[in-house]
Amino acid sequence: MKRNPILRIVAKFLIPLIILFALYVQFHGDFGPGGGFQAGVIFSAALILYALVFGLDAAEKIIPPHILRLLASAGVVLYASVGVIPLFLGANYLDYSVLGSTQIKGQHLGILLVELGVGMTVTAVMLIIFFAFAGRGRP
Amino acid sequence: MIDLIINIILLAFLAITAVAIIRSTNLFASIMLFGIFSLLSATLFVVMDALDVAFTEAAVGAGISTILMLTTLVLTKNHNEKRSHAHRPWLSLAVVIITGMVLVYGTLDIPGFGDPAAPANMHVAQYYINNALPETGVPNIVTAVLASYRGFDTLGEVAVIFTAGVAVLLLLGGKPSIPNSNSNPGINKKREEDET
Repeated sequence: MKRNPILRIVAKFLIPLIILFALYVQFHGDFGPGGGFQAGVIFSAALILYALVFGLDAAEKIIPPHILRLLASAGVVLYASVGVIPLFLGANYLDYSVLGSTQIKGQHLGILLVELGVGMTVTAVMLIIFFAFAGRGRP
Repeated sequence: MIDLIINIILLAFLAITAVAIIRSTNLFASIMLFGIFSLLSATLFVVMDALDVAFTEAAVGAGISTILMLTTLVLTKNHNEKRSHAHRPWLSLAVVIITGMVLVYGTLDIPGFGDPAAPANMHVAQYYINNALPETGVPNIVTAVLASYRGFDTLGEVAVIFTAGVAVLLLLGGKPSIPNSNSNPGINKKREEDET
């Protein structure tokens, strides 16, 4: 597919839009449909499209596998540690109300961070699975 | 009325796609039909006002899983499967028809779609609808329930996804890409011997 100009140009045009849409779904999930799970999948879809059109090696140059492994674990750690902070502030595990000056602000911050953790892990794991599958076909 | 017509058309297409998947002997065509099936389900969820579910179905069901099945197909390479004509699936057909009839009989007792008096809507759902916005300030109740009220549940889901990634890496990870992790050639050599 590397020599097909139509695919290359359409992919180059589409990938930034897909990434922008993923970020919108990630950070607008409080107000509209969406959230970390969907945003993570859409973000990884953009990179998978890049890998399909420009080749697996080019995609692994953009986001190397060891960074992906780090990102996948960092998402879970971020989620779990956002839950631990309220414990030190005298609330229950994952009770975001004490994170901000008011309950609403605390909930907003907590939900934003937790969704970010979900998005990071989902993006990284989807790409890890895709690279693991697609990488088997390499000579 | 328009909802009913859209539902009938979508469900008809869903049934046609399902039959086409069963009849198809080409794995590539089956995978594409699976993608269409997921997209049709996503459209049905939109008609039912479950936008978050529709979003996930369209992204995961029609997008990522189709790609993963295609990459698997590229690896296995055997695209066509010969249908054996000696097989007579009458027993299976009888089992499927009876199970289907039992399931249809079961749906007769299910409360109507969106019924506020349904048992599922009588417990915590009312609390969420009344209190989600004043307590969390998040207009999308689905996000409020998912990330805040059921935060521990979602943490478990993220851990499941992470575990899936680790499992795939362990099974299919292949060559380690970190330079220093290859410092013990004895183990790798032994593994190669085991594989052969």
